Amino acid sequence: MRRTALTSILAVIAFTLIFGLAYPLAMTGIAQVVFPGKADGSKITVNGHLVGSSLIGQSFSRPVIGKNGKPKLDEEGEEVLAPDKRYFQPRPSQSGYAANTTFFSNSGPNSVEEREAVRENLKAYLRLEKPFDKSLTREGVPVDAITMSGSGVDPEISEANARIQAHRIAAIRHLPLSRVEELISDHTNGRFLGVFGEPGVNVLQLNLTLDEEAPIE
Amino acid sequence: MAQGWLQVAVFVVVTIALTPPLGKYMARVFGGQRVFLSPVLGPLERLTYRVLRVDPSEEQDWKAYAKSVVLFSVFSWVALYLILRTQGIHPFNPEGFNSGPWDVSFSTASSFVSNTNWQYYGGETTLSYFSQMAGLTVENFVTPAVGICVLLAFIRGIIGRSGPGLGNFWQDLTRSLYYVLLPLSVIVGLILVSQGVVQTLSGASIAKTVEGAEQALAMGPAASQIAIKQIGTNGGGFFNVNSSMPFENATRLSNFVELLSIILIPAALTYTYGRMVGRQREGWSIFAAMLAIYLAFILVIIPAEQHGTPAEHAAGTPTTAIDGSTGGNLEGKEQRNGIAESALWATTTTVTSNGSVDSAHESYTGLGGAVPMSGMGTSEVVFGGVGTGLYSMLLYVLLAVFIGGLMVGRTPEYLGKKVQATEIKLISLGILVTPLAVLVTTAVAITARAGTRSIYQAGPQGFSETLYAYLSQANNNGSAFAGYTGFVQPNAPGNAGAYGISFADLLGGATMTLARFLPILFVLAVAGSLAGKKVSPAGPGTMRTDTPTFVVLLVGVVILVGALTFFPALLLGPIVQSLTTRLF
Repeated sequence: MRRTALTSILAVIAFTLIFGLAYPLAMTGIAQVVFPGKADGSKITVNGHLVGSSLIGQSFSRPVIGKNGKPKLDEEGEEVLAPDKRYFQPRPSQSGYAANTTFFSNSGPNSVEEREAVRENLKAYLRLEKPFDKSLTREGVPVDAITMSGSGVDPEISEANARIQAHRIAAIRHLPLSRVEELISDHTNGRFLGVFGEPGVNVLQLNLTLDEEAPIE
Repeated sequence: MAQGWLQVAVFVVVTIALTPPLGKYMARVFGGQRVFLSPVLGPLERLTYRVLRVDPSEEQDWKAYAKSVVLFSVFSWVALYLILRTQGIHPFNPEGFNSGPWDVSFSTASSFVSNTNWQYYGGETTLSYFSQMAGLTVENFVTPAVGICVLLAFIRGIIGRSGPGLGNFWQDLTRSLYYVLLPLSVIVGLILVSQGVVQTLSGASIAKTVEGAEQALAMGPAASQIAIKQIGTNGGGFFNVNSSMPFENATRLSNFVELLSIILIPAALTYTYGRMVGRQREGWSIFAAMLAIYLAFILVIIPAEQHGTPAEHAAGTPTTAIDGSTGGNLEGKEQRNGIAESALWATTTTVTSNGSVDSAHESYTGLGGAVPMSGMGTSEVVFGGVGTGLYSMLLYVLLAVFIGGLMVGRTPEYLGKKVQATEIKLISLGILVTPLAVLVTTAVAITARAGTRSIYQAGPQGFSETLYAYLSQANNNGSAFAGYTGFVQPNAPGNAGAYGISFADLLGGATMTLARFLPILFVLAVAGSLAGKKVSPAGPGTMRTDTPTFVVLLVGVVILVGALTFFPALLLGPIVQSLTTRLF
């Protein structure tokens, strides 16, 4: 018994040193040398400023300014946000695109709150896009645009979602629709080996390209 | 949906193709033979035996083997608990996290030492990098290795012809760790980093977004932990939302690699088994039974998720596919993973005892959510956990042999060994202890006031959350209907804080520990009982266990035990939900 106990204690110490320190630290070293940008979070800098990560979505909403010239607040004292029409909009997020406090929406399939949330998202989407894409109907709204992602920081939207929003972007940025659609396909990530996953459009990268190509005054 | 079925087909073909080479390699490793890594790792292996003061050639009987398993696990638990309680003095703690309540640490320590990785905490909001590395990563390595050890002891009991020896735990442990888990983790970890999974010791970076808001990008040494999290059927995320977080699972390629890593070793071990018993067909027949159940689950879950939920339909979206969008229930799923691969992952992670997720299981449709629950309800013998899956399946094989023997009226034999009263008693206990733990703990949690405080969603979903939680913890899975929490939520709809609800932490922690180690003891006892028996030659009346007939019998036994145990409980939760369009 004593011998086995001693061996167990020694084993815990030895394996902690090997798998708890040597292995992760060595992997960090290799990763930092071989894939420095990737290992540090695929950061995007514009004019020397860190604007985010190509893998992490971010919100393209701004505070609504009330009549008193100050940001409008909701009942809980949070700023009311509205989508910024000049940019492609990402998916709804339960965490407001927080990348350091991630959580699921955990809405169940038979949940009244889920019905209300999806209904609100659907209305808001139609309100935003319908004026620019007259043919858009409720049935034509892609599901990714009205449901919350898993991570809350999904960097991508579906191609259908992007193509609908293209009408608005083209009108507001004074770009030909065909050019916006070209930019969309430039930022579309396809399936792995043409088989695995679904295609998606990277919203942050697409919006940054828009700002380069047709800067907003 | 055709694209979805194509993904499943290619994935299954790749899994089958990788089973023989990895299985063969592992058989050499576990047999103590030289492998191509021996020149590099041999010196480390021998040094380890010297440090541990063990003689690897010393044979242990089942009691000595069990004692080593238990004592090693006890001290692992103590070490992990101490690490989690001392976060205030940790190095590698850029965010300066403290330890939080003790009962959350109790839950976490029990969870990781039992290979469950149930998480009542959010990684990026509560844990230091030191806890993640020296605490959790270590357990991610050693617990699947312990699973392999118990499996090897069991196999040696089945094939052993001379005396009670079941091998040496310390040798099995060391060789599994060094020659199987470590090299695979290095390869998978580097692939993940190449895709953008973070691996750094720096703290969070604060970005100023295009709109001028602040966005803190949480970082950490994630890839090294995620690799073994997947390979060792552990499943505990570095980040709270697990592998749906892009920094934990960045691309379609990384999703495929992580998914494959879940099933790789459990599948290959069936081939290793065939090699070790000297009859490859025995391994393949077990593989075939596992594959049949696995495919049946996938056939249910993908159409269910493609259909969408009653809540979505009531909100006015038809959730049908349109040009450029797959449609379906995308609530809680990432665009890049889509419906099919998320559903494939949900099935794979719950039939094995992995428990990592790349989508929110709580937001699955009623029928879709019933699949992960059923995966766990079959006691995770469909590929199952590393080591644990196959040794649990072998219990079912012996049970099937026994039932088959009763049918034809002969003393049941498996690979020439008679399966008698002692073994059948131990096997029944080994098979029943986990379902019993699930049903009792679920009943307690749903009746106790303190238990219902963990529930997040109203109506039958609240019951589903509870059932899922104890199915997951008792089967050492670790996935969750994540609205079910072990802590009071300060105005947050998800797992953002860590305020212990001691009831859920303690009941869950005790469940995970008992449901891990009691079956292990029964399995080793069966091995001990079989080890000494003499092998009788196969005759014309011997029931063959490598035929399609036996595969069907085995599948029947697994489904019968699982269905009889859990069907009533499933009726109250996910099945009700899939039959109604009512909202709660």
